[in-house]
Amino acid sequence: MSRYPVHVEGEPPVAVMSLSGQVDRSALDALNAAYDDVDATGAGSVLLDFHDVDYINSTGIALIVGILGRARAHGRSVLATGLSEHYQHIFSITRLSDFIAVFPDTPAALAGATPS
Amino acid sequence: MASSTALGPSVARADQSEPDAAASERRPRRRSRWRRSGSEAPAPAMADLAAVVDEPVDIAPNDPVIAYFAGAPHAVELDSLTLDSPAVDRMREAGVVLVVPLVTNGELVGLLQLGPRLSERGYSKDDRQLLESLARYAAPALRLGQLVRQQEVEARERERIDQELKVAQLIQQQFLPENLPDLPTWHVAAFYRPARTVGGDFYDFITMPDGRVMIVVGDVTDKGVPAALVMASTHALLRETGSRLSSPSEVLSRVNDLLCADIPAHMFVTCLVLVIDARTGTVQFANAGHNLPYVRATDGTVRELRATGMPLGLMPGLRYDEETATVAPGEQVLLYSDGLTEQHDGDGEMFGFGRTRDVVGRARSAAELADLCVSELARFTGPGVEQEDDITMVALERSEGAGYGDAADDAVELARFSVRSEAGNEREAVRRLEAALEDVPLTDDQRSRLSTAVAETAMNGIEHGNGLDARLLVDVVVRRTATSVEVLVSDAGGAAPGTRTEEPDLELKLAGLQTPRGWGLFLIDHMVDAVEHEVDGSRHTVRLRLDLEESA
Repeated sequence: MSRYPVHVEGEPPVAVMSLSGQVDRSALDALNAAYDDVDATGAGSVLLDFHDVDYINSTGIALIVGILGRARAHGRSVLATGLSEHYQHIFSITRLSDFIAVFPDTPAALAGATPS
Repeated sequence: MASSTALGPSVARADQSEPDAAASERRPRRRSRWRRSGSEAPAPAMADLAAVVDEPVDIAPNDPVIAYFAGAPHAVELDSLTLDSPAVDRMREAGVVLVVPLVTNGELVGLLQLGPRLSERGYSKDDRQLLESLARYAAPALRLGQLVRQQEVEARERERIDQELKVAQLIQQQFLPENLPDLPTWHVAAFYRPARTVGGDFYDFITMPDGRVMIVVGDVTDKGVPAALVMASTHALLRETGSRLSSPSEVLSRVNDLLCADIPAHMFVTCLVLVIDARTGTVQFANAGHNLPYVRATDGTVRELRATGMPLGLMPGLRYDEETATVAPGEQVLLYSDGLTEQHDGDGEMFGFGRTRDVVGRARSAAELADLCVSELARFTGPGVEQEDDITMVALERSEGAGYGDAADDAVELARFSVRSEAGNEREAVRRLEAALEDVPLTDDQRSRLSTAVAETAMNGIEHGNGLDARLLVDVVVRRTATSVEVLVSDAGGAAPGTRTEEPDLELKLAGLQTPRGWGLFLIDHMVDAVEHEVDGSRHTVRLRLDLEESA
């Protein structure tokens, strides 16, 4: 099963999920499998790295909402980076950015991660 | 010489149409126009000689007297004639005593008929010689006079026929539409060239109460005046019926029944009726034996609008199939009569459907289509070849600027395309949208917002409107006005989506009280300045508007 790669970085440890391509219906399995890997790391935060993402649609938003729900259920904070201004705007109007801290780049995100 | 008050002799004249007795005898049943001509100038020498015989005597063309005098050009006393001739009997009854044939070049051109001599004596040998001598001079003069008069009559007749044909031509031109129909976003061109002064082809445009336009093209068998007369009545029937009935097949059935009552035997009319909805490009058509119209697609391929049926006027009670097709933006349609396809060149080869189809495939506009057909036909036939039949063409083109909605007057169409209803194809729509907007001064943010709105709308069309049925298309039209960019996205859903039951609320979703989905319409609403839905027949169209000035 294809999944987005996950690795752990920083202190406190942050599980970095590197999304790529299109975050739409086709991303469902990759996203959920990658979150399983995030779970396995036991990291208190997950950073969704959107640098290599070129398209997010409403289905993708719904998938992110699903990931956010799973993370919240585990008391895991969710961070994001690599979002274009346009997708930052979408995160804003959907209020995703009220629940996901959006950072301009990965170091800023790692620095901004608070211990759970 | 006997004194006389007589004014002159009576003279029988041979009409030009009966040049000799032999010819007359070949047509024995035809009534002769041999008759006395009272208007010939009297021979002066006769004035004192003979009594007047001014009752005209018609001579049948097969009367033996004609052959007799043509072969024996001498003055003859009627009493000495033993011919079984009705003409001679009538001359006797009219008091004719002496007959002098007027013969020139072996042709009997008249008879000088004289009554009794005004003296007590009969006609002497000298009298007869005098009269025969007179007849020898008079006959060629009379013949010349007859020819001149005949030519005058023929010239007057020709002039009268020319005049009548000109009037007929004028009347027929009145039947042809004065103006081409004003079809928004369509171009129409028409060509009409009768083989003679008047013809049997016709075309017409009838605007219907619902705004659609009915186009009629027809061709009466035969040409010239008989065809023109049938054309006139067919045209009137079509116009009257077309303004009441909107179904092409019903129009043809009705006109066929009406026409059958009056049309002369062995004549019939081929006719194609096509109703255009300018907005949607939908054409409904029915065909009574007419040539199948050609449609040229934007890639140059040519297809037919296929519908068949019997010509009008052959038998009553016929029914016609009705077909529907769509003419896409950028496509052209040619309606044409067989005067185009059935024209031969000097070697007897026919222009044919193949060449016509080729020409249609090469044309780039409606105007060019008709022009190209005419020039190619002229090139094919070469100089000096007579046009065999009337040629009529109506060319239509749905412009690339066609839209589903009522475009603002200043709207310019930037692109129009369709994607199949397969998952993910909304991205193809976005790629083409972005290419179309390349030269439009938009901020990056505006481009992104419009792309997202179009992607979401197209996805709705693909997944919900068309139910992921790959045979169905989602159509996209991109337009620019002075102040905005408009994108129209339509699917076959046939209905606007129902009102959303609830606004997506992230907290409710995270709390499991709302499905995580349901962001599409929310995104669309927030990405552009206006969103409108419209339903037209089976198409559901979403119109997205993004204002060019930076929106707040």
